[in-house]
Amino acid sequence: MEIRTDFNRRLREIQDDILIMGSMVEAAIITSIKALKERDIDIAKQLISDDALINRKRFEIEEKCIKLIATQQPLAGDLRTIISVLNILTELERIGDYAAGISKIVLMIGNEEHLKPLIDIPRMADKTTLMLRKSLDAFIKQDADKARAVIAEDDDVDNLYDQVFRELLTFMIEDPRTITRATRLIWAAHNLERSADRVTNICERIIYIVTGKMEELGASNY
Amino acid sequence: MTEYNFNGQNCRGDKIKAKNLNFYYGSFQALRDINLDIPGCAITAIIGPSGCGKSSFLRLLNRMNDLIYGSRIEGTIELDGKNIFDRDVDVVELRKNVGMVFQKPNPFPISIFDNIAFGPKQHGKKSKIELEEIVESSLKKAALWDEVKDKLGQSALALSGGQQQRLCIARVLSVEPEVILMDEPCSALDPMATLKIEDLMRTLAKNYTIIIVTHNMQQAARVSDTTAFFMMEPDRAGSLVEYGSTSEIFTNPKDKRTEDYITGRFG
Repeated sequence: MEIRTDFNRRLREIQDDILIMGSMVEAAIITSIKALKERDIDIAKQLISDDALINRKRFEIEEKCIKLIATQQPLAGDLRTIISVLNILTELERIGDYAAGISKIVLMIGNEEHLKPLIDIPRMADKTTLMLRKSLDAFIKQDADKARAVIAEDDDVDNLYDQVFRELLTFMIEDPRTITRATRLIWAAHNLERSADRVTNICERIIYIVTGKMEELGASNY
Repeated sequence: MTEYNFNGQNCRGDKIKAKNLNFYYGSFQALRDINLDIPGCAITAIIGPSGCGKSSFLRLLNRMNDLIYGSRIEGTIELDGKNIFDRDVDVVELRKNVGMVFQKPNPFPISIFDNIAFGPKQHGKKSKIELEEIVESSLKKAALWDEVKDKLGQSALALSGGQQQRLCIARVLSVEPEVILMDEPCSALDPMATLKIEDLMRTLAKNYTIIIVTHNMQQAARVSDTTAFFMMEPDRAGSLVEYGSTSEIFTNPKDKRTEDYITGRFG
């Protein structure tokens, strides 16, 4: 017979909520890049307003955690999970903000043509969302090795960011009239780079849940 | 000697050392192969499910088991390096040094003053002034003086449950022990009285070695510096599963059985 049925049910519910919030954030990143690629102002505006839904979800889960701490006095692995969930929530919410940030850049760009077809920025977004999905998988499976492997993938996103930065810098050097447009794209790329860093923070929390040890593994170059 | 730094004190290393300790009630083995070093100037909590031998272990520390017919011990318990089961140990002196507070407050049905003065009198303190000093200092140490100083002549039974338990702690302190054993000292008390006893324990830990048996996991987490987790083996003998700093045991226990117990998955 399972003991602490109610507590286990509520903890599972919180874990499911993290997955839901994770997919909301993932969808936000994907949509923001679609809006950027297609310079779609309507999608961008929608995404900026939908960021409130992610924020609301965050507070909803946070409240559930607070209630669980107050009423069930979780300890050991349960305590580590709930405390880590509170941290993971912040990271996810921030990634949502980065997606909203990219949408704001889309509004700034307006109808202006891109300097070139976007290739590496969408690749950064693909990499980042894949890292996010894998991190949430590691969270549900409580798999520290998987979490460590995700952290290692952050280098790929950093390298792509380097590439985007160098390329746009070349544009700016060649023709200073491109500075504004190039800078906006650098901002968008930077938001993705920071999102991937946030995913590594999530992974560090997963490692803490599993091992009880705080490890800083995702030291970014930026 | 192991160095500890609990409660801002320079601890004296391991105050109590149980070595290869086995304990039997007749043919029934209640404790198996306990090895446990308890530091001085600290509070050690002993937790575990019912029947795991935690109270039996506590009672061995001042040889209360001597009173149980058919009980038998193997191994040693050293107090400051001296085996308490050695033939030359004076049990009365041992119990003066290792006092005990029980689950239910058990004041004698006499005045508050006489409750405290009883022990010192038994140990030869006769002078009224000396006894008055002991009563006052013991009640102050037990954080009860302000509440009872004007009614020392009244019956101890008129005090509230929480006050009675602090009186019992004062009674233990009156004979100047080094170690205080507490067997579920708050289980009969309301939450406020419990918190007062816990505050008192934290204060006393600066000068005494305290060992508390508790079923209340939150209390163990709140009050103790080190925690020992006992569990019953399949043949019902109690054994020590894990021992470590309280913060480690309650956030990151090493043994899955400890984790399962403190998170309420069994027990």
